[in-house]
Amino acid sequence: MTNTTKRHLARALALSTALVGGQALAGGHAIDLSGKTVEWIIPFSETGGSAKWANFYAPLLSEALPGAPTVVVTFMPGAGSTKGANFFQDVEYEDGTTIFGSSGSTQFPYLLSDPRVRYEYGDWNVVLASGTGGVSYLPADLAGSLGDGGDATPLAGEDFIYGSQGATRLDLVPLLAWEMLGLQVEPVFGIEGRGDGRLMFERGEANIDYQTSSSYLSGVTPLVDAGTAVPWFSFGALDADGNIVRDPTFPDMPTFKEVCEATAGCETSGESWDAWKAFFVAGFPAQKMVFLPAGAPDNAIATFTQAFQDIQARADFAEISAARLGVYPQLTGAAAQTALDSATVVPQEAKDFVINWLGERYGVVLE
Amino acid sequence: MDVFLTAMPALSDAFAMILQPHVIGYLILGVVMGLCIGVFPGLGGIAGLSLLLPFMFGMEPVTGLALMIGMVAVVPTSDTFASVLMGIPGSSASQATVLDGFPMAKKGQAARALSAAFAASLFGGLVGAAFLTVFILVARPIVLLFQTPELLMITIFGLSMVGILAGRVALKGIVAACLGIMVGTIGEGASSGALRMATYDLPYLVDGLKLVIVGLGIFAIPEIIALLRQDKAISDKANLGGGWLLGVRDWWANKWLSMRCSLIGVVVGVIPGLGGSVVDWIAYGHTVQTAKDKSQFGSGDVRGVIGPESSNNAKEGGGLVPTLLFGIPGSGSMAIFISAVALLGSGQIEVGPSMLKNNLDFTYAIVWLLALANVAGTLICIAASGGISKLTNIRFALLAPFLFMIISFAAFQSRQEIWDLVALFGIGLLGILMRRFDWSRPAFLIGFVLSAPAERYTNQAYQIAASRFRRGFDEGIEYVFSPIVIVLIVITLISVVLGLRQAKNIQAEGAVNAGSKRAPMIFLLALTGYIALAYWNSAVIPDFARMDRVFPIFVATVGLLGCAIMIVQMIMKPETHDIFADREAQEADLNTYGLWPTLAWFAALLVASAIVGFILALAVFLLLFIRLRAGKSWTYAGLYTVVGIGFICSLAWALNRDFPPGILQSYFDLPWPLT
Repeated sequence: MTNTTKRHLARALALSTALVGGQALAGGHAIDLSGKTVEWIIPFSETGGSAKWANFYAPLLSEALPGAPTVVVTFMPGAGSTKGANFFQDVEYEDGTTIFGSSGSTQFPYLLSDPRVRYEYGDWNVVLASGTGGVSYLPADLAGSLGDGGDATPLAGEDFIYGSQGATRLDLVPLLAWEMLGLQVEPVFGIEGRGDGRLMFERGEANIDYQTSSSYLSGVTPLVDAGTAVPWFSFGALDADGNIVRDPTFPDMPTFKEVCEATAGCETSGESWDAWKAFFVAGFPAQKMVFLPAGAPDNAIATFTQAFQDIQARADFAEISAARLGVYPQLTGAAAQTALDSATVVPQEAKDFVINWLGERYGVVLE
Repeated sequence: MDVFLTAMPALSDAFAMILQPHVIGYLILGVVMGLCIGVFPGLGGIAGLSLLLPFMFGMEPVTGLALMIGMVAVVPTSDTFASVLMGIPGSSASQATVLDGFPMAKKGQAARALSAAFAASLFGGLVGAAFLTVFILVARPIVLLFQTPELLMITIFGLSMVGILAGRVALKGIVAACLGIMVGTIGEGASSGALRMATYDLPYLVDGLKLVIVGLGIFAIPEIIALLRQDKAISDKANLGGGWLLGVRDWWANKWLSMRCSLIGVVVGVIPGLGGSVVDWIAYGHTVQTAKDKSQFGSGDVRGVIGPESSNNAKEGGGLVPTLLFGIPGSGSMAIFISAVALLGSGQIEVGPSMLKNNLDFTYAIVWLLALANVAGTLICIAASGGISKLTNIRFALLAPFLFMIISFAAFQSRQEIWDLVALFGIGLLGILMRRFDWSRPAFLIGFVLSAPAERYTNQAYQIAASRFRRGFDEGIEYVFSPIVIVLIVITLISVVLGLRQAKNIQAEGAVNAGSKRAPMIFLLALTGYIALAYWNSAVIPDFARMDRVFPIFVATVGLLGCAIMIVQMIMKPETHDIFADREAQEADLNTYGLWPTLAWFAALLVASAIVGFILALAVFLLLFIRLRAGKSWTYAGLYTVVGIGFICSLAWALNRDFPPGILQSYFDLPWPLT
């Protein structure tokens, strides 16, 4: 079976599940949560991006669920989010009052076989997948020396400094991209959030950086307007067939793929490209997902799916979400399942390549 | 002039926004909620704030802001109660307040200390707001001047405060600080993720210890145990009448000190990356260094309260600069603040670089709401201080179980594991011994707080400087020795020299007599053993993760050198030398109970929690403690238990928190709060 047919099959399967769920709902079997409290576990601290995302959805979800339960966000930080995920793995479905919000930082240790991971995405039931994108940008003087179409060749001799949270985090995607473009980037580790990385760029200590879409819009656009930063490329977005296309939030920006094609030393095929794409797909288009625990019955899944669909059907959704989530698909039902698959099922070769690259380039050993 | 032309209209818009009855109403509601939470040590504003968030949605921006700011603003004010009355640092903002505030409470001057602290807080908050109104317009380029080497130097300047707080034997203070730094390095290294004094088999240690636990363990537990052993009330004298007016007068007499410390607070708060964790220590250091008569510091000098308290509210204002201008939260509560503003503005207002250009009126509204909340909170606190300070007259055996309940609950919020309680107990034991042998606990805490930034900025500055030097020697030198760095080096050197010269006269924790030789020696050897173990543990970190090895090795080397010199001194010097300070000998007459039987009560609570869960264990503990130790009737003890359990459950319920489960809970599903 080829990959595409497999995907089609999965989609058809998931679609029928969703339909069944929909019918169950129509028959009045939706779970009723009146008077209950839905606990939404976020495996990070109150201060991160996942907290922003959950805090955005929580009051909306409370309105949309049958019986209007109280939705509280519970923060369970620790061990790079694996602690909260391990905890959720042990949660058994009871009455739909426990849900979990995972992030790219939960997905990457899972993909890289981190020894602390004791959770299995296959056991959980996805009800929402929120995507995002990323943009790499440069100081104005360096951006000026780029070749046609963002050709990176003229920057080959430059000494780049990048404020990074760690090579095994989402930073893996930009670090690998820059390396493929032939850049000498030295990551300065130990910063605590991407905002600190941007600050380092603003202070002139770092001379290359990336931000996820919503942070780019709020934090970097003013720098671009002031002429101190110039966007270079976006990571792109996925179309329905899994191809990388221009990011709908940044339609005027070339994608990494285009820049790679314009750069002589960079290949858009072969094992490093495949690995980059696999980890980009795992980290960005389905970065944040909401799960019900293992063993959740179909009507519970359908109830939550319906709730998230209702939220997106709100007349003011586009307006209230644009600034906080960016213009990205908020997938439910079958589409969410497809997104989950593409985010957590990565070819072994890509994993091996990245694990090997992390070891050789950064001395990271994942035993 | 340009600055004022843009500022004035925005400022008047802001006041028009704020000065509406319903906005003020919400502000006061927030203040009252904040006071209720802030009074309990260790809970801080984060819990309350994240609780408010769901209700923010759909609120009018200014009203929502008023509610939220009311809550954030008063936490550094209300935590003063715990610091002064119980000797428990309520949050990182009031650690230094403990040093002189608590001895004042012991002397029966609680109301005076509180009202001096509140007056200073109020003043600091207003100075901060006034300063920010102008400064925020020109802050951006100035803040960007503070690069990594500058941040490193400020961190080192903070560490130099150890010099003042080292106590009579300077070397002891330095080793205590090294120990604090080493404890701060426990866990995953920030640079390469190498483990230090931790293993993946014990995941708790991988994330390191949290400030809440170390702060409570090192300050609160030793004081509680010590007071319990003496079996009397905190204050040994009756309250002095009209104390609170006296405190306000004290503040007025030291208004210039208060002004200087407020400015220190704003300036340090403005710099992103350091947060407020050092500001009160720097202010305390400044207070001591500029005072003429230093003999009373540590045993209840009101200036030691006014200095740090002036700075910590001003710091909240300063912390708005990185938050609003750069979108980088200076603290946990500020991070929640950012997401709440986004929730309120629903897209029109975005915290970050565009805030000043597009929403200057809104920015000013935030600054002055903060100031106004300070005023409201302080007035309430001053009004309440006379009554609340009567707590110091209650027999301590009746207060202690309640305090232990609150502290355990607060510590458990750190990671929500039973290990939180184990860590609290362990650090508490260390604190008890450090107190007994007169090792500077403030020095330990400063070391712990600054451990992570010191390591991070050292590594980062080294890496970036290396890259600059590759580009050219001049560029490297320019980066490392900027004018700001040079000024900071000079200030630090002056502070160290002065500090060490004066340290002998400043006994931050009161005078302690020397005892016998044996016990202090054993304690020193144990500390030496730990540092040596940590040294070895870091030394075996493999080469690819060397960035995580250098810093602990360096600090441990300094610590071991200090230990070695002290061991020699201990062998050479006579028993009466200061180095053998031992509080146990000094307080022998005062103590009704032994250390170990007292400690056993709490060890029992810990063990029982691990078996049957916190609430069940607590119920038994409260009942037996009040009956057996406090000697009250069974009826009294039963009533006490019911009230105590009811109280902690409603607090947890309101904040949506659980309690530590035990082994029992892993076999049986029990209803909340027993889960």
